[in-house]
Amino acid sequence: MTMTHETTGVLGTRMLRKEDPALLTGEARFTADLAIPGALHLAVIRSPYARARIVSVDTSAARAHAGVRAAYSGADLADLWAGPMPCAWPVTADMKNPAHLPLAVSQANYVGDGVACVIAETAEAARDAAELVDVVYEPLEAVIDLEDAVSDRVVIHDEIGTNKSYTWDLKVEEQEGDVDAAFAAATYTVKERYIQQRLIPAAMEPRAIVAVPQPFGGDMTLYSATQIPHILKVMVALTLGIPEHQMRVIAPSVGGGFGSKLNVYAEELLCVALARKHNLPVRWTETRSEGCQATIHGRGQIQDIELAADANGRLTAVRVRLIGDMGAYLQLVTPGVPLLGAFLYAGVYELPKAYDFSCTSVFTNMTPTDAYRGAGRPEATYAIERAMDSLAATIGIDPLELRRRNFIPTDKYPYEAFTGLVYDSGNHDGAATLAAELVGYDAIRAQQKTQNVDGAKRRLGIGVSTYFEMCGLAPSRVLASLNYGAGGWEAATVRVLPTNKIQVVTGASPHGQGHETAWSMIVADKLGVAPEDVDVLHSDTAISPLGLDTYGSRSLAVGGVAIAMACDKVIDKAREIAAHQLEANPDDLEFAGGAFTVAGSPDRSMPLAAIAFEAFTAHNLPDGLEPNLEAHTTYDPPNFSWPFGTHMCVVEVDVETGEIEVLKYVAVDDCGNQVNPLIVDGQVHGGIIQGLAQALFEEAVFDSDGNLRTSTLADYLVPAASDVPSIVTGHTVTPSPTNQLGVKGVGEAGTIASTPAVINAVVDALSGLGVRNMPMPASPNTVWSVINAAQGGSQ
Amino acid sequence: MEISITINGKAVSADVEPRTLLVQFIRETAGLTGTNIGCDTSSCGACSIHLDGEAVKSCTILAAQADGGSVTTIEGLASADGTLHPMQQAFMENHGLQCGYCTPGMVMAATSLLNDIPNPSEEDVRIGLEGNLCRCTGYHNIVQAVLACANK
Amino acid sequence: MIPAAFDYVRASSAEEAINLIGQHGDEAKFLAGGHSLVPLMKLRLAQPSVLIDIGRVSDLSYIKDAGDHITIGALTRHRDVETSSIVNEHVPLLAHATSHVGDPQVRRRGTIGGSLAHADPASDLPATTLALGATYVAQGPNGSREIPASAFYSGYLTSVLAADEMLTEIRVPKMNGAGWSFQKFNRRAQDWAIVGVAAWRNGNEASVALVNMASVPVLATSVGAAIASGASIEDAAAQAAAEADPQADLNASVEYRQHLARVLTRRALEAASA
Repeated sequence: MTMTHETTGVLGTRMLRKEDPALLTGEARFTADLAIPGALHLAVIRSPYARARIVSVDTSAARAHAGVRAAYSGADLADLWAGPMPCAWPVTADMKNPAHLPLAVSQANYVGDGVACVIAETAEAARDAAELVDVVYEPLEAVIDLEDAVSDRVVIHDEIGTNKSYTWDLKVEEQEGDVDAAFAAATYTVKERYIQQRLIPAAMEPRAIVAVPQPFGGDMTLYSATQIPHILKVMVALTLGIPEHQMRVIAPSVGGGFGSKLNVYAEELLCVALARKHNLPVRWTETRSEGCQATIHGRGQIQDIELAADANGRLTAVRVRLIGDMGAYLQLVTPGVPLLGAFLYAGVYELPKAYDFSCTSVFTNMTPTDAYRGAGRPEATYAIERAMDSLAATIGIDPLELRRRNFIPTDKYPYEAFTGLVYDSGNHDGAATLAAELVGYDAIRAQQKTQNVDGAKRRLGIGVSTYFEMCGLAPSRVLASLNYGAGGWEAATVRVLPTNKIQVVTGASPHGQGHETAWSMIVADKLGVAPEDVDVLHSDTAISPLGLDTYGSRSLAVGGVAIAMACDKVIDKAREIAAHQLEANPDDLEFAGGAFTVAGSPDRSMPLAAIAFEAFTAHNLPDGLEPNLEAHTTYDPPNFSWPFGTHMCVVEVDVETGEIEVLKYVAVDDCGNQVNPLIVDGQVHGGIIQGLAQALFEEAVFDSDGNLRTSTLADYLVPAASDVPSIVTGHTVTPSPTNQLGVKGVGEAGTIASTPAVINAVVDALSGLGVRNMPMPASPNTVWSVINAAQGGSQ
Repeated sequence: MEISITINGKAVSADVEPRTLLVQFIRETAGLTGTNIGCDTSSCGACSIHLDGEAVKSCTILAAQADGGSVTTIEGLASADGTLHPMQQAFMENHGLQCGYCTPGMVMAATSLLNDIPNPSEEDVRIGLEGNLCRCTGYHNIVQAVLACANK
Repeated sequence: MIPAAFDYVRASSAEEAINLIGQHGDEAKFLAGGHSLVPLMKLRLAQPSVLIDIGRVSDLSYIKDAGDHITIGALTRHRDVETSSIVNEHVPLLAHATSHVGDPQVRRRGTIGGSLAHADPASDLPATTLALGATYVAQGPNGSREIPASAFYSGYLTSVLAADEMLTEIRVPKMNGAGWSFQKFNRRAQDWAIVGVAAWRNGNEASVALVNMASVPVLATSVGAAIASGASIEDAAAQAAAEADPQADLNASVEYRQHLARVLTRRALEAASA
């Protein structure tokens, strides 16, 4: 791998993670591990009905149970809330957002919707007492099917009068009518429907919360297993009417998120509100079945996509119609998820200004959905990459060849896309060529000819997917144009302590990504210190007061770049001090290897350590220069970053049983410059398996009454090591011109690319049997049924 | 009921309710929170510890069932001087963990696996860890870590 | 995650356990390894008021060669069955099937008697012992009785065991070199089988039993009869679902289960005949 960034040796190396020793020895503290004396335990009573009027709630028996401090219905607590559960993304001015309180008052709208709660001295007493709360429900008809929801046959929320939350359009045409004209003139068209099944994020650490009132003055500390301590602090303050400066949020070690901890949850608000009310700490730890029911779900879309192409197979127009499943209520960014995909339905391909996207999002009586790893982008990539295979089949050419014909050429970067967004850099042919080489593309195509003969019991398939990630969320002005309720900047402070140890404060909030390691490497590279001399502070709003947290593959491309920029400011200030001490012109000083040297006079040099100490003592600083050596930066990126790549998957399908075996998985990802390739590969591996799990294993299944039938990890099939393949990773390196590190981000790439790669491989394997499409997850039963249907159809 | 379990070489005795799970005894009574809870159906393996020398799931065993037994948790794996156990070291060197929540259980399962099969194939490792779920790593580096540890 | 409260008593012998369950009545349950019962209790799908822990009845943990059959104490752990040289030599089908139960951690706690008494048709061992023609020994207040595996299962999660009886021993005929195969079909290795097939064959004698193909484990007698009458494997396997009465669930439709039973039976017989 070549690095274009100049390094002192550490950047771009596979440095082992600083986070690991604590996590490997059990020393790390997750929220549920915190010992908080005197804390009361919260238990939530949840609706067993998908839609029901709450007739009455009797908490008397629960309150009489030994150890119980209090029990409340939703109505009992209705006065505690200064505002409803927050949704920060009103995507349209007329978006419908139904009433949503931490505990439902008059109507429960999904199985798992909280209707009452108990606080008790022990978790056991709280759980036992919860069983004694007597709730009388009047069950109402539930809406589970998305198209049924659109019809408004049954309206879930009376007060808004419709199940449709919003319709959001993105139509891009040079001249009105271009899209229709392109379809009319097209040599080839395809029209496909894809279903993005609902997924359960299933971070291994269940959510956990402790709210701790501070002794004097009304301050409140909230510990939560969250990805977003900063956003949570603001939202809790607003929702509960607590002055923001009296709220402190700490995310201790957090055991994975994948978007599921990018939210403001009822239990967080309940713990804080009840801790205030009782002036005692209140804690709650989710059980896995609660997590499956009451932590957000991901995906949940019906996608209708149409492609138009000319005689050479080059795309001339794309039309997309989505129905988005919001679930019962809007959570923090629920309505925005389809929008994050709206810009990616042409993938990495050249498309003229002939694009017609419309999304209607509806309420259903199921768990609310929200951002789940990739959030909108995996859905879009799946649709275009599946449709490209369909187009290749229609034309009768190799799917990789079709992609090559449509790739945005490398020499057109930076490339202004049909949407007006500017893609920063790319080399799609390079990534595809490397992937084809690593997987042995031609050999597999040749082997298919001999293996996939009539009567073959095991059929071989290869699937290709290419992608853009669109990450580094985000330029604040772009977010404004999408009505997002916040900006997309990130804050950083770099502080050189008197002894030349470095404190870094970041507004990013890691939960597995290795920021402590990566940020240390950036600082080590910039300041010429050892990575072990850098301490990264994060995830506590008292220590890191400004930040917008970790999601959307934004941390490196925004937060990491902010660190580098703060380092530059530190160097600038240090240069002034060094120039003063060395009696040299600042412009004549060169900074390298952690020391300033006067150009041409190698003996006139001053190390950063000496400068830091001078800055601390302030005995001899330049006139007007403030003591101490630290700098703060808030970085608002001018553009998204656009990681890209090509993944290829080889499968064998047992046509008798429908069982799929993944024989080989090759991923070529280009995330620009890599700070730590060890971490990059880890992100890619994990993302791929999560996307593969959508393709083959996972689905949140609801019955027609709205009961979640996959509410444990025995039923919801998160795959284990025994069920998934090894992964071959390759990389190309096309630095981003947008930021000084040339980085792009990699957190969601694997998830975005792998789902279509796997399904394309399965469909490819079965194409000789007449199979053109494959619902997800491609369970053995599903595959068997699809083969049967295709065979029946051809007879 | 009075329960006594030796945890990481130290006897821990307490009067607990019969319904106390071994994992609760370890976390709450002994105060050793390295052992995590990830599910309620014995599916995820986050709570794996060694009971009398073998990996088991401590969320599916009553403390009473382990009364008189000897438990090793993740906190008991490294040497007294802080030197990581070879399996912990291998997980670190191979980036076999990200968020770290499944890691204690995964490491305890992996050490038990190598006790049973000292020189496993990749397939042995993957099958041997079938009872432990990880959401971050995609398992690739976990498998590499276990193989690397076996080859040391 | 937190079971409902219960009383806990520990038995040191089968006799004591049976006395205790007699005293405590219907609300009491035996606790062996606990790996079927405890998860149900944590989800509060089971709320026994008394648990009688038989896990320390150490004289029920053994594997012995008894001439034409082997005997396995009901409290023998899966791990010990899976690795036993006696079982591997004389009843390799059972050793192999046991290696597919749950996951390694589960197999170190779960017991053969606990698994059989739980009578889950989706478990591997009820069908395997059925195919092998095993006999279970149950002890009650009035002494012991032998129950053929084929007469043990009476419905979903229920058996002919009386409330005050417990399994003490499993007797499994030696396979005497018969070919065998255990086909477990599932989506994740740790899961219960969607369909499983336990089969052995010795010349024209064959026995096939099915996992998760009815509310009870199913002996596919038609398959055995077809092999005995000289039918081809293909034709015999076509009968695999004849005695089955499968249910649809999240992983499989009724038709798919029937199809899988036939395919897996054919594969099992081919392997057992090789």
